[in-house]
Amino acid sequence: MRQTWVTPGGVHPPENKLQSLKQPIGQLPIPHKLVVPLGQHIGASAIVCVKVGDKVSKGQKIADPSGVVSAAIHAPTSGTISAIEARPVAHSSGMTALCVEITSDGEDKWGSLTGIADFEHTSPRALLSIITEAGIAGMGGAGFPTAVKLNPGFQRPIDTLIINATECEPYITADDALIRERAEGIIEGIRILSHILGNPDNIMIGIEDNKPEAIKALAPHIQDTGINLVSFPTKYPSGGEKQLIYILTGKELPSSKIPADIGMLCINIGTTYAIKRAVVNGEPLISRVTTVTGEACGINRNYDVLIGTPVEHMLEYNNFDAQRCSRVIMGGPMMGFSLTSQKIPIVKTSNCILAPSVEEIPHNEPAQACIRCGMCAEACPASLLPQQLLWYSQAKDHDRLESHNLFDCIECGACSYVCPSNIPLVQHYRSSKSDIKKAQEEKVKSAQARERFEFRQQRIELADKEREAKRAARREAAKLAQASTASNTTADIVAAAQARAATKKASPEQELAKLERAVSSAQMRVQKAQDKLDSALANTETGEKINILTAALSGAQQKLEKANFRLAEHSK
Amino acid sequence: MAFKQVTSPHAHGAQNTAKVMQLVVWATIPGLIALTWQFGWGSFINVITASVTALTCEALILKMRNRPLGFYLKDYSALVTAVLLGLALPPLCPWWVVVIGTVFSVVLAKQLFGGLGYNPFNPAMVGYVVLLISFPIQMSTWVAPLALLPDGISHPDFLESLKLVFFGLSPMDGITSATPLDSFKHASGLTVDQIYQQDPLFSQAMFAGAGWEWVNLGFLIGGIVMLSSRVFTWHGPVAMLATLAFMSLVFWDAGSSDSAGSPIMHLFSGASMMGAFFILTDPVSSAVSNRGRLIYGALIGFLIFIIRAWGNYPDAVAFAVLLANFTAPFIDNYTLPRTYGHTDRRKATERLED
Repeated sequence: MRQTWVTPGGVHPPENKLQSLKQPIGQLPIPHKLVVPLGQHIGASAIVCVKVGDKVSKGQKIADPSGVVSAAIHAPTSGTISAIEARPVAHSSGMTALCVEITSDGEDKWGSLTGIADFEHTSPRALLSIITEAGIAGMGGAGFPTAVKLNPGFQRPIDTLIINATECEPYITADDALIRERAEGIIEGIRILSHILGNPDNIMIGIEDNKPEAIKALAPHIQDTGINLVSFPTKYPSGGEKQLIYILTGKELPSSKIPADIGMLCINIGTTYAIKRAVVNGEPLISRVTTVTGEACGINRNYDVLIGTPVEHMLEYNNFDAQRCSRVIMGGPMMGFSLTSQKIPIVKTSNCILAPSVEEIPHNEPAQACIRCGMCAEACPASLLPQQLLWYSQAKDHDRLESHNLFDCIECGACSYVCPSNIPLVQHYRSSKSDIKKAQEEKVKSAQARERFEFRQQRIELADKEREAKRAARREAAKLAQASTASNTTADIVAAAQARAATKKASPEQELAKLERAVSSAQMRVQKAQDKLDSALANTETGEKINILTAALSGAQQKLEKANFRLAEHSK
Repeated sequence: MAFKQVTSPHAHGAQNTAKVMQLVVWATIPGLIALTWQFGWGSFINVITASVTALTCEALILKMRNRPLGFYLKDYSALVTAVLLGLALPPLCPWWVVVIGTVFSVVLAKQLFGGLGYNPFNPAMVGYVVLLISFPIQMSTWVAPLALLPDGISHPDFLESLKLVFFGLSPMDGITSATPLDSFKHASGLTVDQIYQQDPLFSQAMFAGAGWEWVNLGFLIGGIVMLSSRVFTWHGPVAMLATLAFMSLVFWDAGSSDSAGSPIMHLFSGASMMGAFFILTDPVSSAVSNRGRLIYGALIGFLIFIIRAWGNYPDAVAFAVLLANFTAPFIDNYTLPRTYGHTDRRKATERLED
């Protein structure tokens, strides 16, 4: 057996897994209307690419990924798009978000599917684009788009691929059931992953020892594949990414780093099966295995359920008793969130619908004072001091919260689980985390605002200075003008006029050129007059005309003389 | 239909504060039995008087603070304080001593600071120290242990004890004695062997001091029960006992007349075991992290020994615990555990770069 490491802290809540494993994975009738949210993953919501009234076939893309970190959405069954509007979605805040409603035509007819039988001879790039197109996002809970995760870049080569089959939360058995029934497909999915990642040295499936059936199902399929099946003692929260990395490798993921930074990748085992379906069968991610359990449900079982199936549809088929129910939880009893409405649909990350009875999960008792007993610190898998964090959280002491590593809290809920005073510790931490994030954003914003303000002040100051300088110059000129009018005499005026004329007078070179031009043009006119007179004489014109021309010639000659004279004058 | 909206986690463990407090009360029973066996009904009466007073005071203050009575009284914290104070006080001491001590514990040390969870000092020890300083005679008159009673004289029976406590009717003269720590402290000029031979408190004892060794064993058993029920971690008690043993070993001085006493005597005398498992484990006033509790426990062990060996008081658990309570926030600042994903421990006072 392979070595495993033991994480600090952790708790052992009652597992409650057996009740939903008595029957194999079931199928529910297709609901009349499916509601498919456009944001089912971490990152940007997908952009809808169909219109109300469009007919869609099963598996047809209805929304495109928007940007790098996003995932496509597909029609879970064939039918007609009957609405595109905001509906309540699976979110702890009970918010609404844009959804596509499909009215099923009952035929559940696929469009054309093209799978790749021989993935080993397909380039990783092509496989990645298939995974992107299939809209696959992590099915363990966070819903990070898988294709993005599988493409960490050249500077971060992956040598360890960890398949997370821990399923450490009580009640949830979706992965367990999936492994029991579809182990072969899962292993094929892991081999596809391995091929995409350039065959990493270590491939491990991490699984808790409370799933012997699943371990038995996987064992025959991993022979000669290089895949290691590593089982370790059951403890919550061993399935946390950070915890699993430590359990399997003895290495800690440095604070605020991602596994790829240390050459590792963690993929949920359900996701590997979705990858196999996408690559080999050409089917996009439109269904998943979800556990329906809790004492308020008459039937506890796993179902292969279409994405977009309203929770009420599932509860109805499992003899749900609303009177006995204390709350309806999507996810497990430790990290799941309570649903505000039963209209909320199943999404890619919904691994469990838990409807416990009031006896099973009683209504919360009022919190007592913290006595700093330290049971929370003993339970914390991140070695934090939850009791101190509570103290500083109530005091809104952000500096202390950060020095006590609040942001390393994974919100697993182990502290609240053991707290003898029933204090909702995790809720305090969530609230403080968002307060701190908000304060940081505001800090950035106010820094930007200050910069803008300072720049504006500078600009205004500069403009004022310029205006002031102009005003001063004008004042100076006015003063001079006033001074000159005060001492006004005729001589002064003449002198001033002469001065002005002098400044206007051209320079001697310009004058010389002007005179020379005058001389040459006068010469040309004399020549012309001479020519005209000559031709008139030759043509024996009348005496009157001869007289006029002679006069013109003598006039031109006089002007030439004058010009010559001026030139001579100037040259002196 | 709309469902109830609750934040995670939804599941909750079986533990609750009232149960923890109840367990502490139950765990005092071996010690109480040993006290009653060795010193008569006095401690039992102390515990009852203190409990009634404590619950009355708690209820009055809660009423003044407009807090729901049932909810807060049911946390049993006042009862724990009362039981511990009652056990610490000399058996058969006058009732008003117990009442005054309890009032100071519950009203002054606990409720005036904000009630359960907000007291910087151990309430029982505050009450104890107030009494020790105010009423030294009553506080240093101890009933003789069973082994030291003169022939034909036994501890007063229950009714007789009640009369003694509430009316001071019968004289105590025949049945009082010094405590082993007291006796050892004042036996100057004798070697340890000589003291052990001459002083009946030691010569009549099995291994540490007549009567007291059983009481300490009783509290040790109760402590082990709580430790195995994970009411607290081992760090504080073990650090305290180990430091106390280590210090007494260092100053054992081969049992000469300068010796400060053997480790066994120190561990099983006075309030050592009760202090280790019932007093310094009060989580509210102690350091929070495991490392912090090691330092905190060691500091208490160190202070106890210093005061026992060279101070004016024969025992020192109350003073040592109160002094260490002062240091707890300081210890906390420098003993944060190393968080997952961090290479170093951080300081609580660390400020981030802006």
